Amino acid sequence: MSKLLTVSPSPHVHSSESTQKIMLRVVYAMIPAMIWGIYMFGLDAVRIGLLSVLSCLAVEFLIQKYIMKAKPSITDGSALITGVLLAFNVPASLPWWIIIIGAIAAMGVGKLSFGGLGSNVFNPALVGRVFLLISFPVQMTSWPVTRMMEVDAVSAATPLAIIKEGIKNGIPVSQLQRLPNLSDMAIGFNHGSMGEISALLLVLGGLYMLWKKVITWQTPVSIILTVLVVSGIFWVVNPEMYVNPVYHIFTGGLMLGAIFMATDMVTSPMTGKGQLIYGIGIGLITISIRMFGAYPEGISFAILIMNAFVPLINMYIKPKRFGGQ
Amino acid sequence: MLKTFKIGGVHPPENKLSKDKKIEVLPLPKTVFIPVAQHIGAPATPVVKKGDEVKVGQVIAQSSSFVSTNIHSSVSGKVTKVDFSADSSGYPKQGIFITVEGDEWMEGIDRSEDLVKEISVDGPEIVKKIQEAGIVGLGGATFPTHVKLVPPKGMKAEVLLINGVECEPYLTSDHRLMLEKADEIMVGIQLLMKAMGVDKAVIGIENNKPDAIKLLNEKCAAYNGVSVQALKVQYPQGGEKQLINAVTGKEVPSGALPIAVGAVVSNVGTAFAVYEAIQKNKPLFERVVTVTGKGVEKPSNFMVRVGTATSELIEAAGGLPENTGKIISGGPMMGRAIASLDVPVTKGTSGLLLMQKEESKREEIQACIRCSRCTSVCPMGLEPYLLMTLGEKQIFERAENERIMDCIECGSCSYTCPSSRPLLDYIRFGKGKVGAMIRSRKK
Amino acid sequence: MSITVVYTIATLAVIGAAAAVILYFVAQKFKVIEDPRIDDVDEALPGANCGGCGYAGCRAFAEACVKASALGDLNCPVGGNETMSNVASILGLEAVKKDPRVAYIRCNGTCDHRPKTSSFNGATTCAIASSVYSGESDCQFGCLGYGDCFDACDFDAIELRSDLGVPQIIDDKCVACGACVDACPKNLIELRKKMPKNRKVVVSCRNQDKGGVAKKACSVACIGCSKCFKECPFDAITMENNLAYIDSDKCKLCRKCVAVCPTGAIIEENFPPRKVKPEEKKETEPVN
Repeated sequence: MSKLLTVSPSPHVHSSESTQKIMLRVVYAMIPAMIWGIYMFGLDAVRIGLLSVLSCLAVEFLIQKYIMKAKPSITDGSALITGVLLAFNVPASLPWWIIIIGAIAAMGVGKLSFGGLGSNVFNPALVGRVFLLISFPVQMTSWPVTRMMEVDAVSAATPLAIIKEGIKNGIPVSQLQRLPNLSDMAIGFNHGSMGEISALLLVLGGLYMLWKKVITWQTPVSIILTVLVVSGIFWVVNPEMYVNPVYHIFTGGLMLGAIFMATDMVTSPMTGKGQLIYGIGIGLITISIRMFGAYPEGISFAILIMNAFVPLINMYIKPKRFGGQ
Repeated sequence: MLKTFKIGGVHPPENKLSKDKKIEVLPLPKTVFIPVAQHIGAPATPVVKKGDEVKVGQVIAQSSSFVSTNIHSSVSGKVTKVDFSADSSGYPKQGIFITVEGDEWMEGIDRSEDLVKEISVDGPEIVKKIQEAGIVGLGGATFPTHVKLVPPKGMKAEVLLINGVECEPYLTSDHRLMLEKADEIMVGIQLLMKAMGVDKAVIGIENNKPDAIKLLNEKCAAYNGVSVQALKVQYPQGGEKQLINAVTGKEVPSGALPIAVGAVVSNVGTAFAVYEAIQKNKPLFERVVTVTGKGVEKPSNFMVRVGTATSELIEAAGGLPENTGKIISGGPMMGRAIASLDVPVTKGTSGLLLMQKEESKREEIQACIRCSRCTSVCPMGLEPYLLMTLGEKQIFERAENERIMDCIECGSCSYTCPSSRPLLDYIRFGKGKVGAMIRSRKK
Repeated sequence: MSITVVYTIATLAVIGAAAAVILYFVAQKFKVIEDPRIDDVDEALPGANCGGCGYAGCRAFAEACVKASALGDLNCPVGGNETMSNVASILGLEAVKKDPRVAYIRCNGTCDHRPKTSSFNGATTCAIASSVYSGESDCQFGCLGYGDCFDACDFDAIELRSDLGVPQIIDDKCVACGACVDACPKNLIELRKKMPKNRKVVVSCRNQDKGGVAKKACSVACIGCSKCFKECPFDAITMENNLAYIDSDKCKLCRKCVAVCPTGAIIEENFPPRKVKPEEKKETEPVN
């Protein structure tokens, strides 16, 4: 026979799915929130977004090429996601050099030091964000002026920071000033990091990802429900001191964290049951930090802490086996 | 209500190109190579030698143990040699080469097309005849049928499940058989029920074959205790355990046989073969084979004598397309790629799939992104990503604890993996090693 | 203030002392009495933990040595005779001298000798490829070339050669631990006696097919013609299943078999180049 037949083990067909396609779908899901960020924060948001993406790609390429001596895999789209998520998680007014440091921490420490895509224990974008938050607390919590604010304002406080002040100083919720109303917060007329302000658009992205089967419902739903239930209990017991639980859902990075960060495939559990445990853990830690911790926001820490438990969860939570135990 | 199995599953493109093509009888080949191992279990022992004249239906290799079966000549002619040649396992296997001369059948075989409905033999007689006729599971697993019909001590069969699922993409041989030999299959089912001593049989058919569901449903009226269950299209529904789960809702326990939940599964092809063996006195030496593929000129279903070379079938389907990259014996999910066109059709060959060059290479392997798709599609509820790693790193004790032996090798994990990782390759490897480990422990 | 310091020191001291006493008694109670010679033997071993001795690691081997009454069956292939004589002197036993061995891959079916008849596309390990089919060529016995032996080797003694398609053993690095022997699904690798200057005369083929089939699959296949078997003056060659085999313990490296082999399946390595006529050469070459 003139031509050689190929021989392989079965199966001989493959679905049209690829890693790159999945990653791109995550990026598509982030577009609405990205546009909103740009609308609210203007050119600053474009600058920080581009810088973050480019430096993440560059760090991955350089480290893979010159330190790991491996074939660079920047086209798989994972570095692109990290770049966008990192930008989503910082104030739009952040100085340019800080975001580059963030990108180095995210990609270098958070991802490539573990061996690259698929091997990292912690969500790279969050590693970058927390690294920056601890190293540059002032810059990381100076929220920029949005187009909705009075002209003379120079900086803004996030709703969570206002609530935290209240808790610290024992001011009842009803007397807290400047707390935006719920519908404004849900839509995104709000202060905070570039990508976190519009809960509604983030949910939209989440629904798209659910539809495309990029994520499963367990993680985001269990996080949100846990936060809702726990903060609800506090609120019922003492509505004077604690805010309405719905505030907790729509403020800060909760939606961004629950939908885009905690659902990161690499660093979340493999089974539905495991994801529920993981989500409940994130919810509990988040609300504990928000209510009792030193930081106004706790979802980043919560996700990172629960990331560390993922191997353990995978070890003990097994899928339902056919034919029982 | 469409039923299906509860855990996992995928739905690859069906590509049933030959579903409207009537079964054609393939012209007799000039030579055949009939392997003596066409079933699971001990190979049969050749009882002919070079120079012997044989007739169609003559026993040419004798069953050598209980889990084994007779091999019959599919042609008449002269034995040229008893030698080794590659079969679809990829390794040279012993077999009998026969040069075809005429088409002289053994006496006693009823060659007419008339339907014989009356069942004149009793249960044990049926089992004995099935054993003599060399009937094996024709769905592809080729497990000797007579062994299945005799349940181990203390177990009792309650229901006979007939597998008309044909969940493999491309293949249509069972589909065509159901359409063209519906009555014969029904009688075959009655025979199997009698042999097992059960009064209930369910034919499971996937919903992508509405014509077969309709036809068999109509036939059911005339046959006691037989019903048709339409099933949602979902791979691997044709797997024994999945089919039982889909139809009865029961789960066969890990490591147990279907009889543990009172079920015995047989393929529609097997039911047809049983009919022919008992009502027509004709042993199993031919079967329906689908020849298909996107580049194939005439995708077809052929009635083929066992031992016919692959090349003859391809010729009859319009010749080997120029850009054929891979030839698969069986379906694309579980079939075996063959390296040469001399590989013969055996009792387990349900189809030949010719894949084009661009379809036949795997994509580049990328890193596992732990998306858990493999876990969610695994019909056995296993974690393929973990089993692959355990196989790759050769951690076999752990793999055993993670129930690697439950894997049915359906390939859903490899099919679905977005990083194109060879999950099943390594799981199969691990399974082999763990199996050897378990066997050595039992000694 | 100062009294606080005193209290602190005092409390810590008491806790420390109590812990020390508890630890002492626990240590006494759970003491494992181990033969100190195990440590000594372990020290004398190469510490590669390769398992070439048949034990789980150097430590397990050391324990086995200490327990044994004679070293006859115990051998560290990595350390060789020198290590074993050290071990023997530690234990006061007699060292048993063993011939050093070296692994050899008995297949010369390189790309130009053995034409490809199909191409494999799957996970690239020999174990998986061999479970799918007999291989990319028509020789079902030959090397698959995916390097399971290479992966198994802890000593960098195997070189993957994409130009040849068959891995090569680097004799000077090979310690004959046998890891590759177990890794090869085709059973091609054998531990052979190490000859002076790494000289070798080997039937570099495992093909058991009949001559014609073998020859068609690979130009340097052993066709089972028995010529070498008849030629060998030392009874080092045996014939089985259409295949010749040279026992390295009996071979004297005379190379008569090499000269008569019609396909070149028997190869010689590391000999000085032959002079013009191989027939005459045999007498002049010193027999080792």
